[in-house]
Amino acid sequence: MYSFEPTDEQKMLIEAVNKYAVNDLRPAAHEAEESRTLPPALIEKGWELGVLQASIPEAYGGFGEHSAVTGVLAQEEMAYGNLAATIAVGVPSLFALPILLCGAEEQKQEYLPNVIEGAWRPYTAALIEYTLDFDPLELRTTATLDGDSYVLRGEKAYVPFARQAEAMIVYAALDGVTQGFIVPKGSEGVIVAEDSEKMMGLNALPTYRVKLDGVRVPRSNRLGGDSGHDFGPILASMRVATAAAAVGVARAAFEYSRDYAKEREAFGVKIAQKQAIAFMLAEMVTEIEAVRMLTWEAAWKLDVGKDDADVAAYFAVTGAMDMAMMVTDRAVQILAGHGYIREHPVEMWMREGRGFAMFTGLMIV
Amino acid sequence: MTIEFEPPKPIVQTQVVLKTVAEEMMRSKSRYFDEHEHEIPWDYIEFMHTAMRAMGVGSLAPKEKKESAEAPKEKRPPIAYQLLATQIEALSWGDVGMYLCTPGGGLGAAAVQAAGTPEQQEKFLARFSGEKPAFAAMCMTEAGAGSDTSAIRTRAVLDEKTNEWVLNGEKIFVTAGDKSLTPYEKLDKGFIVVWATIDPSAGRAGMRAFVVEAGTPGVKVVKLEHKMGIRVSDTATISLVDVRVPFDHILGSPTVEKTTTGFKGAMVTFDATRPLVAASGLGVARAALEFLKEKLTEHGITIRYGLPRQKLTNIEREVIECEIMLRAAWLMVLRAVWMADNKHPNALESSMSKVKAGDVCTKITQKVVELLGPLGYSREFLAEKWFRDAKITDIYEGTGQINRLVVARQILGYTGAELR
Ligand SMILES: Cc1cc2nc3c(=O)[nH]c(=O)nc-3n(C[C@H](O)[C@H](O)[C@H](O)COP(=O)(O)OP(=O)(O)OC[C@H]3O[C@@H](n4cnc5c(N)ncnc54)[C@H](O)[C@@H]3O)c2cc1C
Repeated sequence: MYSFEPTDEQKMLIEAVNKYAVNDLRPAAHEAEESRTLPPALIEKGWELGVLQASIPEAYGGFGEHSAVTGVLAQEEMAYGNLAATIAVGVPSLFALPILLCGAEEQKQEYLPNVIEGAWRPYTAALIEYTLDFDPLELRTTATLDGDSYVLRGEKAYVPFARQAEAMIVYAALDGVTQGFIVPKGSEGVIVAEDSEKMMGLNALPTYRVKLDGVRVPRSNRLGGDSGHDFGPILASMRVATAAAAVGVARAAFEYSRDYAKEREAFGVKIAQKQAIAFMLAEMVTEIEAVRMLTWEAAWKLDVGKDDADVAAYFAVTGAMDMAMMVTDRAVQILAGHGYIREHPVEMWMREGRGFAMFTGLMIV
Repeated sequence: MTIEFEPPKPIVQTQVVLKTVAEEMMRSKSRYFDEHEHEIPWDYIEFMHTAMRAMGVGSLAPKEKKESAEAPKEKRPPIAYQLLATQIEALSWGDVGMYLCTPGGGLGAAAVQAAGTPEQQEKFLARFSGEKPAFAAMCMTEAGAGSDTSAIRTRAVLDEKTNEWVLNGEKIFVTAGDKSLTPYEKLDKGFIVVWATIDPSAGRAGMRAFVVEAGTPGVKVVKLEHKMGIRVSDTATISLVDVRVPFDHILGSPTVEKTTTGFKGAMVTFDATRPLVAASGLGVARAALEFLKEKLTEHGITIRYGLPRQKLTNIEREVIECEIMLRAAWLMVLRAVWMADNKHPNALESSMSKVKAGDVCTKITQKVVELLGPLGYSREFLAEKWFRDAKITDIYEGTGQINRLVVARQILGYTGAELR
């Protein structure tokens, strides 16, 4: 059957996340971006919503079941509040969900309860590399088997909370195939840059360059154990998460510029009464809906294990990167000069809007 | 409720069946009828009529199921509109012009369904499950009134002596107007639904729809248009000179209260039909895109999905973008008809799906002709025809601009007066 209405449980989650987005994230967003810090209490409050905890089965210390559909619904809603905080709150998922989806039984038992018990602590993952033709399926970072360990060499970029992380999954090419490796804190050869990366947007989120200089991890730290894992579902889950976040940010920009257009007057009418503005808004809401539908379908395909789930996720994120750019650009255009001033959030959303072309790897559902 | 995308069985079955129909009855004749404008595709019409009768229905339009007094069986979710959208997409994949020649009443019947009383529905719609196929059409547009439907000049005056309505005016661009009015041996008698004003000073409040039966004195087809595409579908000019119809041929309420109920009747019809028109455009787009991919494969070009954009060739990038647009637009149609099935108000979603589909099907068919180079431009293949056929999607049932207006009014909470 086709159906387009979240379950009652999902609706409750959306409502709770929406409250946090509107009451906590929005008011904190400007200061966080300008000061380049996220208040720990803000992250903790988002963590307590329990989005990750509810995706982990009881056997591993959680209280629910993983669902990408639920994940994208929550992701849109939180990103509607603030993107940097959404990524920060979700950073332990970058470590836990790949283990849940693809890990060996011992890995699940060893790591999952630790990650989700108690307060938020940074666990992370390193996927992105600093090269213009970066391709998650053709990584430059390599892993080679040497006796009882794998040796990792290369450099990763934009690794959220890398300096603080208790552990991270490093993705590397093993005989040309992308595989994850669990790298505990303090492993020899892991060199995290002192300073966080400076980017066009997402300034509140600490991300770091990470060098892997012959890092040795035991064979048992290969994600999925000795036989490894399929990277497909992880990448697809990252892509739908990114698409959902793009929908959230775009919706924020759309609503803000819509409300502004109903207030602002020019030539004796509200600017929203001018078709040039009204049609932009109509196209913005239409494109947001288009990508939301692609995202929901891709998430559902992941949940039920359809063969083409990864293509659907690719479609969703590819559609999302164009949509987010178009919508956030227009939001600034509708506020015009005022939109260009940092007091209004639309310019921040526009800087984030361009980022969805490269954010895959920063979030997962 | 949940979020789910598993096509229900009846939808999958219909897709399989209609694919064969589309290939054998439609595609194979596409070029012939494109080159023989105003010939009527009798084989298709008779085949569809027989097939629909065999299924116990007289048209593609969904029927309101009568509540049975027996203990309700296990409740299945309603999917009539979802099924209809799927059928329309599948038939339009075959040939959208020919789909518009499907008997059963089309937009005319839809108006009666949306605005008519149960007695009127019984009286006017029964014919569609008869022996012979029959047609009906919707006449809104006039030379001086296209998007601005409030400008229609066709008059309806009540003759109190005979209790008849007298209609005068001229309607243009009436889809299937010819098959609805002109007597053909192979067809049962049809009708047209004519929008007219009963009080020109009342603007929209004075607008009403009237059923005019074929053969009524004073109504006739005066012209058939020659078009860029969908040539097999007739587009008629209809003149009405002192046309007398019985009092009960007015759909809905005959009094002119200062309300816009009459006009709202038209709008409700559009909420229901816009996603269906969107579906027809998307069928054309899918045909074109599939053809492009076939030709690329023959040419040894494969599309590598999943790569970062920077690594894609231009052709891969264009094809993937088309696929994304098409899928997104189709999901928006599904959501709009799903809402209709579940009786959620869907004016916003309906119009968004039409905006999107209008854009997508024109862009995709234009892109396909471009990417195929000389093959795309040649009349040896159908790509150039689909390019011509697709364009109508962004014009009828509200142009792209009018649907943007509807969407904008919805999201801004504006009336027609505040945003025009
Ligand atoms: C093949 C075909 C079949 C058709 N079938 C039917 C049918 O069965 N029944 C029927 O009643 N009609 C039918 N039509 C008519 C169709 O619905 C109209 O053509 C359509 O509504 C547009 O009207 P118009 O052509 O007069 O354009 P106009 O209204 O003159 O529009 C011209 C341009 O102005 C734009 N525009 C108009 N108003 C505004 C506004 N307020 N804001 C911004 N832009 C605006 C339009 O978008 C368009 O780009 C058919 C037309 C065709 C071509």
